[in-house]
Amino acid sequence: MSPAKLDLLQGTLDVMVLQTLATMGSLHGYGIARRIEQISGDEVLLNQGTIYASLVRLQQRGWISAEWGTSDNNRKAKYYSITEAGRKQWAKDTAYWQRLSTVMGRVLATSTDGGL
Amino acid sequence: MGAIREAFNRLLSFFHKPQRDTDLEAELQSHIDLAVEENISRGMPPDEARRRALVRFGGVQQAREQQREARGLLWLDVLKQDLRFTTRTLRRDSGFATTAILILALGIGANIVVFSVVDTILLRPLPFPDADHLVRIAPKVSKCGASCATYSTDAVQEFQRQNKSFSDFTGYDAFTAPGNWKLTGGDVPVPVSQIDVMDNFFHTLGVQPLMGRLTFTAEESRPSGPPVVILSYPFWRRQLNADPNIIGKAVSFGNTPNTVVGVLPDTFDFGSVYSPGTKMDVFTPYIYDRVREYGNMLSLTGRLNPGVTLAQAQAEADLLFPTLDGSVKRGWKGHYTAHLWDLKDFISGSLRRSLIVLWGAVGLILLIVCVNLSNLLLARAAARSKEFAMRSALGASRSRIVRQLLTESLILSVAGALLGLGLAFAAVFYLAHQGSIALPLLSSIRIDKTALAWTIFIAVTAGLLFGIVPGLRIASGNLQNALKDSAASTTGGQATARLRAVLVVSQIALACVLLIAAGLLLRSFLRVLDVDLGFEPSRAAAISLDYNDNGDPVKRGVFDREVLHRIQSIPGVQTAGITDSLPMSRNRSWDISAKGKHYEPGELPGTFAYVVTPGYLNAIGMRLVKGRDMTWEDNDPKQAVVIINETVARYLWPNEDPIDRIASIGGSDARVIGVIADVRETTAEAKSGWQMYVSAVAPQFGPQDPQLVIRSSLPAKTLQPTALAALRQFNPGQPVADLKPIQLLVDHASSPRRFFVYLVGIFAGLGLILASLGIYGVISYSVTQRTQEIGIRVALGATLARVQFDVIRATLQLALIGIAIGTLASLAASSLIASLLFGTTPTDPITFLGMVFVLGSIALLAGYIPARRASRINPMVALRNN
Repeated sequence: MSPAKLDLLQGTLDVMVLQTLATMGSLHGYGIARRIEQISGDEVLLNQGTIYASLVRLQQRGWISAEWGTSDNNRKAKYYSITEAGRKQWAKDTAYWQRLSTVMGRVLATSTDGGL
Repeated sequence: MGAIREAFNRLLSFFHKPQRDTDLEAELQSHIDLAVEENISRGMPPDEARRRALVRFGGVQQAREQQREARGLLWLDVLKQDLRFTTRTLRRDSGFATTAILILALGIGANIVVFSVVDTILLRPLPFPDADHLVRIAPKVSKCGASCATYSTDAVQEFQRQNKSFSDFTGYDAFTAPGNWKLTGGDVPVPVSQIDVMDNFFHTLGVQPLMGRLTFTAEESRPSGPPVVILSYPFWRRQLNADPNIIGKAVSFGNTPNTVVGVLPDTFDFGSVYSPGTKMDVFTPYIYDRVREYGNMLSLTGRLNPGVTLAQAQAEADLLFPTLDGSVKRGWKGHYTAHLWDLKDFISGSLRRSLIVLWGAVGLILLIVCVNLSNLLLARAAARSKEFAMRSALGASRSRIVRQLLTESLILSVAGALLGLGLAFAAVFYLAHQGSIALPLLSSIRIDKTALAWTIFIAVTAGLLFGIVPGLRIASGNLQNALKDSAASTTGGQATARLRAVLVVSQIALACVLLIAAGLLLRSFLRVLDVDLGFEPSRAAAISLDYNDNGDPVKRGVFDREVLHRIQSIPGVQTAGITDSLPMSRNRSWDISAKGKHYEPGELPGTFAYVVTPGYLNAIGMRLVKGRDMTWEDNDPKQAVVIINETVARYLWPNEDPIDRIASIGGSDARVIGVIADVRETTAEAKSGWQMYVSAVAPQFGPQDPQLVIRSSLPAKTLQPTALAALRQFNPGQPVADLKPIQLLVDHASSPRRFFVYLVGIFAGLGLILASLGIYGVISYSVTQRTQEIGIRVALGATLARVQFDVIRATLQLALIGIAIGTLASLAASSLIASLLFGTTPTDPITFLGMVFVLGSIALLAGYIPARRASRINPMVALRNN
């Protein structure tokens, strides 16, 4: 695995987690994983376990906070919510990814047309 | 901000590992439970719900590892693992670990000690504030020892008034003798070393008092002033029980009460700065008007004004000093010159070369230690090549294995450094508390922060140096080869064997350089011991006398005769005599010339003068070559008698018989009655100067601080109580002084050389042992490795002698290459130590051959042991093995 690819993957998952928490409010790990699966349909094949590395990383950067709580059906779970710093980061990341995907879309469109 | 917080959190996580792990476990568990629950609620049977949940989750262990990696410090975890693993392997191989740590401890310990000495004497500034402004002032050319290294009271006071370069200018009386005072008031008088210093002496140096004050008032510096003293810290502790209220109290010296006005701090040691190897106890004011006409008395130190350079001050001194008066009253011009030295350079400049050589020697030792350990580790790595190959095959990365090897060598060197530090503390403590080595500042030697930083530096360097070679070997190794190579035995292969041979050769070469340097120094030292001193120190001993004759030569004569009579009647005493200065202790010079002849000013050097009784020359073992000794009747007030040495005789009366010639001593007549063989009066290494001996009973000369010299077949320790009892019975004022062997004075004078020779000798011995261990290791290892081959050769009919010869030849090959390189390196480096040698050329063939022979024989011995083992290999056993 080359580091560049790893970084991109890591970054992608981090953004997805931030997006989920920013829009959904407080969620536990399972909830976040399910939400990402649902939204992306079957496009993203996610090993649910991998979000825990992402969660701890975001938490240590101070972008999300965590707290043990109780679920609807009375089960103990750790709940994550986005922090103020996290929201700023989320705004930055969102802008970045939108620009990137626009550029990528444009680049890919020209190459299929054979327009280059 | 996020990055710092993350780093901090990662560190926190590292230290809270178990807690974080438990938390993660609980979270993962709740994740699975939630998933199972949801699946069941969708109508799956429990088993299927659980299976699906686990599939969606992915590898649980992987998730754990990823999370740990994201939150903690991976490298620190790895380091912890490496450390744990290394300590475990080292404990299993405790013989190797012990050897390695011991060798390292010796190498590193020696380095710390030498570094501390070098740091104290050469590198660290003197223990005074703004020490770089302190200047020592001495005449440009000194022809006559202490008398010419000093200036008169008038000259010093004139210079104090006229100069613009110095903020403070001071001096001390250079003519004091150890044990010249006595502490009275107790049961028996105790000898005390006292010195007169100018009122601003301590102020100039910037010494702060422990108690009281360290300056003398103008009143106290007058002949009629109140007697006051400043005490040294050790004296105050030892003799006055560290009395905290001592200031203002009177302490009795020679039955005169002296008021204590100050106590010096522990950090100030007069001897270590101005007179290495001696201790001063009591400091008293220099009474200007009492000694104004005594001639040159003061040894000078000054403190430069801020912004004034040494060169500027020198220029001013060159203008002023020739104009200064020796004595205003007598209208005598001093014709002074002055050379200004940075005080630090003055103290340690002459030792620079010796210390650098010592530092080099100890550095070589460390190199040999590293090479040796590299070799040991390499052998170990070779033996473990199978293990490493296995670990590689199982997925350990090469860098991980190298890192682990480096960790191992670093652990060893850190352990060695700790042990070495312990050894060094002991050695430095010893050096700081012995008083007999005449090296300056030695009492202030200590292991400080610089030395500790140095320790860490050399430990890490050593660790890297000896870890890197085996590490690289492993890293460059081919996995397949390693597995194949070690199929039959545990060898490291041909390349490793060659590398080890190179290491051994360099070890021998380094040891050879050390040995030759040590040999040259040792030979010089033996030459110094062999010098004809002009007197016989063995079996002679001296004790200070204390008797107040009020300057009456008749009383003095009676007293001296009685003392000598009583001492000579002690059984075992052969002869005795009294002098006011012993050789190789203090000196003072007067002028002597042939009466009636004309000499240019400055033509004649100052002449060391000794005031002695009849029998002294005999007691100290000086040889009369012409004429006769003094008698008790040599007390003619009109014409004194004098005994001169051969150098004086040759110059004043060339090709003539000097006996019965009339000499002029400081203007008064003296008849030459004898000529003695030249005496080395300062050290064995310096040439003899001019010397003369005058009679203690003559009214012209007043001896001070008389020393009784006893020649006896008894050791000084045995004789001491009897001699002291005889003296005290006759003179109750006699202090309880030690009867000191004259040999001590000689040893003291040569102690710096002895110190260096011992240290370099020890290092060379250490180097020799290490090098022979290295040879032994390599040869013995190659014999083990070739057991099978040797077995086959023996089976095919090779004689035992032949087998032995082959092994020894391999040894000699290594040794000879090493010795050849070492000898060449020594020849190249010999000019570096040329200035430290005495009576020995830097390429002295006997030393070179001798040391090469020693090294060669040791190498041969180291090779012979494995050779014997090789010749005893039983072919049947050897072939059956493996």
